[in-house]
Amino acid sequence: MNKPLRRISIFCGLLILALLIRTNWLQYVQAEELSTRKENRRVQIAQYAQERGNIIVQGEPITGSAVTDGSDYKYKRTYVNGPMWAPVTGYASQAFGSNQLESLEDSILTGNDDRLFFDRTIGMFTGEKKQGGHVVTTLNAAAQKAGFEKLGNRKGAVAAIDPRTGAILALVSTPSYDPSSFAGNSKADEKAWVELKDGADKKLVNRAIRETYPPGSTFKVVTAAAALEHGVVTEIDAKTDTPEPYFLPGTKTEMKNHSGGCKEASLNEAMRISCNSVFANLGDKVTRDKMVETAEKFGFNDDKIDTPVRAFASVYDKNMSKDGNALSSIGQFNTAATPLQMAMVAAAVANDGKLMKPYMVDQLTAPNADTVEKHKPEEMSRPMSAENAQKLQAMMVNVVENGSGKKARIDGVTVGGKTGTAQHGEKNSKKPYAWFISYAKTDKGSPVAVAVVIEDSSADREDISGGGLAAPVAKAVMEAVIKSQG
Amino acid sequence: MSVVTNTTTIGAIELPSRRNTELMLLGFAVVIPIFAYANVGLAIDGKLPPGMVVYGLALAVVAGIAHLVVRRFAKYADPLLLPLGILLNGLGLVLIWRLDQSVRLQNLAKRAYGGFSESAPNQMIYTALGIALFCGVLLVLKDHRTLQRFTYISMAVALVLLILPIVPGLGADVFGAKIWIRVGGFSIQPGEFAKIVLAVFFAGYLMVKRDALALASRRFMGLYLPRGRDLGPILMIWAMSLLILIFENDLGTSLLFFGMFVIMLYVATERTSWIVIGLLMSVGGAVVVASFSGHVGARVAAWTDPFGCWERGGLDAGACEQIAQSIMSFGSGGVLGAGWGQGNSDLIGFAANSDFIFSTVGEELGLAGVMAFLMVYGLIIERGVRTALAARDPFGKLFAIGLSGAFALQIFVVAGGVMGLIPLTGMTMPFLASGGSSVLANWALIGILIRISDTARRPAPAPAPSPDSEMTQVVRPS
Repeated sequence: MNKPLRRISIFCGLLILALLIRTNWLQYVQAEELSTRKENRRVQIAQYAQERGNIIVQGEPITGSAVTDGSDYKYKRTYVNGPMWAPVTGYASQAFGSNQLESLEDSILTGNDDRLFFDRTIGMFTGEKKQGGHVVTTLNAAAQKAGFEKLGNRKGAVAAIDPRTGAILALVSTPSYDPSSFAGNSKADEKAWVELKDGADKKLVNRAIRETYPPGSTFKVVTAAAALEHGVVTEIDAKTDTPEPYFLPGTKTEMKNHSGGCKEASLNEAMRISCNSVFANLGDKVTRDKMVETAEKFGFNDDKIDTPVRAFASVYDKNMSKDGNALSSIGQFNTAATPLQMAMVAAAVANDGKLMKPYMVDQLTAPNADTVEKHKPEEMSRPMSAENAQKLQAMMVNVVENGSGKKARIDGVTVGGKTGTAQHGEKNSKKPYAWFISYAKTDKGSPVAVAVVIEDSSADREDISGGGLAAPVAKAVMEAVIKSQG
Repeated sequence: MSVVTNTTTIGAIELPSRRNTELMLLGFAVVIPIFAYANVGLAIDGKLPPGMVVYGLALAVVAGIAHLVVRRFAKYADPLLLPLGILLNGLGLVLIWRLDQSVRLQNLAKRAYGGFSESAPNQMIYTALGIALFCGVLLVLKDHRTLQRFTYISMAVALVLLILPIVPGLGADVFGAKIWIRVGGFSIQPGEFAKIVLAVFFAGYLMVKRDALALASRRFMGLYLPRGRDLGPILMIWAMSLLILIFENDLGTSLLFFGMFVIMLYVATERTSWIVIGLLMSVGGAVVVASFSGHVGARVAAWTDPFGCWERGGLDAGACEQIAQSIMSFGSGGVLGAGWGQGNSDLIGFAANSDFIFSTVGEELGLAGVMAFLMVYGLIIERGVRTALAARDPFGKLFAIGLSGAFALQIFVVAGGVMGLIPLTGMTMPFLASGGSSVLANWALIGILIRISDTARRPAPAPAPSPDSEMTQVVRPS
């Protein structure tokens, strides 16, 4: 009976071998895939197993961690002044995932990043618990606070950047939400989440970079830059050939102005009183393709503006008709821009034509605050020459000094700006958006450029609302930056 | 083979008994689980676990008693079987204790039953009882061949054991499988014991009938087909395993019995045709049952696409989630594992300390640990098969191969099930899983294997001194 016995022993060996192969397949070949599956709760458990690193503004953490009981997750995320900082931090919830910086820098915050390998290894020998690294932002707390408080209950957004480096100084979006309210995984957290997710106010949307609006008259700055760059206008105080009334090219639609004196108005004057006819005419003369060229240099049509949180692409239509292009030149029709995009426009003007790439993470640090990665400011493009930028500066200062942007004036500081009131909806049925973009300039250069948008402004007269509603917000933000930088 | 053999010289060579080897190995088998226990305590609470000394002493005492019994009553037994059993049992206790500490499982039990009770203390008692049974087997069963006498009684006992769970009032339906009976406060899995009793019956029956089964057959298409009247008992076993499958929803037990029978039949008759017939019959039976039984169908669905069927929800979602969680346990363990006490295999839920205990090994000890455990099981099987090879009597050969074959099949079915290699069957990993019947039955199994190996390796009794041997000079032809 020994021959079959030997065969049975081989059979038993094969059974064990099959198990060995299977375990190698599961634990070696497929291990990575299985351990990161979305169904695998260990991913979240590990994410919240130790205190998360912090997001830091000017040396102060705006996030924290709290111990939770009775759940799989040991720590939950807490936020300092959550609603104000939510557009910067995003959220990290045990039950509902994470987004924005919390999600993009998750590996640093949890301490799992490969670049923290050395720290983890040291910790393993010294018996220290694994810790998360920190994300140091470029934001300015005073500017953020000013923007958030000034917007108050109104629906709107503020984006402020340092024109010299592209560092983002403020990102405000209202109405906002408190990411602490659903950071855990209790019933109360779920209720808060569902309310936010399904609410009509879209509080979870970061309006400063992930919502586009028709930019209205603020876009005239781009049109003016295009006219200067492409030689349509050389002298900003020279008369233009704009008739009154002006009809959109190829149509019998009259382009209405909201103030008198636009007939043959110079570029400077047209900017000051915001003549629609003059800019529509200039946009038409520059031609669509060259308008697109300049707009794209400012950052339009770019869907990869990563701050590192990706901003939605602002749009300047590449395929529209002549009259569409004329209408787009005053920021209507298909033109759409994020507040960040319009802040970049103001920043490029303020920085003498050099547009810096916007960013909001200055450095990533290890738990012991050693720098792991530091951002270097980069130039993104040059939408206009320094000479033309200075011409635009003169015009924008004129707007603030003598035009619709008077409410943004700051004593002892040169401020340039442009107001805007964007119509939208079918036949302009909805309430317009009030816009204001501006920059401040001191003897040390320009420390800040701001874009403010307020939805549902109560007044609807061109420019007055942009100047009346949005300009004070921009002023407060600029003042805060100047004051904090001494 | 030369006709001229001087048997007297063999008697002079005393086979080493290997008892000291066994004692040394037992030392390792006791020390390793103690270290494991300390490791779990340090990982979970940051301090050495309470009762570590008691646990260590208890394991050492139990192992020591078993060793002394073997030394006294089975002197020539295989030296590996006992240490391997103690090692697995000791590590199993640590695993169960570790899962007892899981807050997640405690909360789960509190929500479902209104209370939580630790399994480790019970398992400790069962281990002591198991070793006692092991000693009892060695004390009572002086020669395994005496079991031959109980061939047909064993059959009756096995049938009763298998039918018990479907007796109304006695059987308990737990999570869809009727494989338990409840007596007083205890639940027993009769199937675990039936495994051994059936092996006795098969061995006794086949030893008598092997010639009839092997020789009286017709050749057909290269296969030796048995006579109809010889096919009867095989058909009966087949029908019985199908009935277990249908009425008790127990895929594992039915597969185990039929597999064990086919292995023993093949060894007894040395005819490959039995394997072919056995495979055809089991595949046929499984397909038929799978298409009619919802329980088995669900298990198959959970096997083919655990994540998909978990996500779809529905009635099977629970079974699918268990498998998916188990596979993720193994995946998350990776090559080196999360470390004792530092995994989350308790996400599997209720069955974490019984059916799915191997997933905890997978997650916390990783690929390295799983392979080590599989090798330990492999060694037990190998020693069992070796015992069968060494056994001198056909009954002992058949009995030993039956038990080791069943053990191998059980390992394959359970580990393969929790690793998603084959559909899950709901059996327990020998020595690891929490549960009294399993521990008792497996210690009895080791006891019997030790007894057979002792008989097999025992030197032949010295023949009466032959007066001729001194004078005769044997000249061997070269």
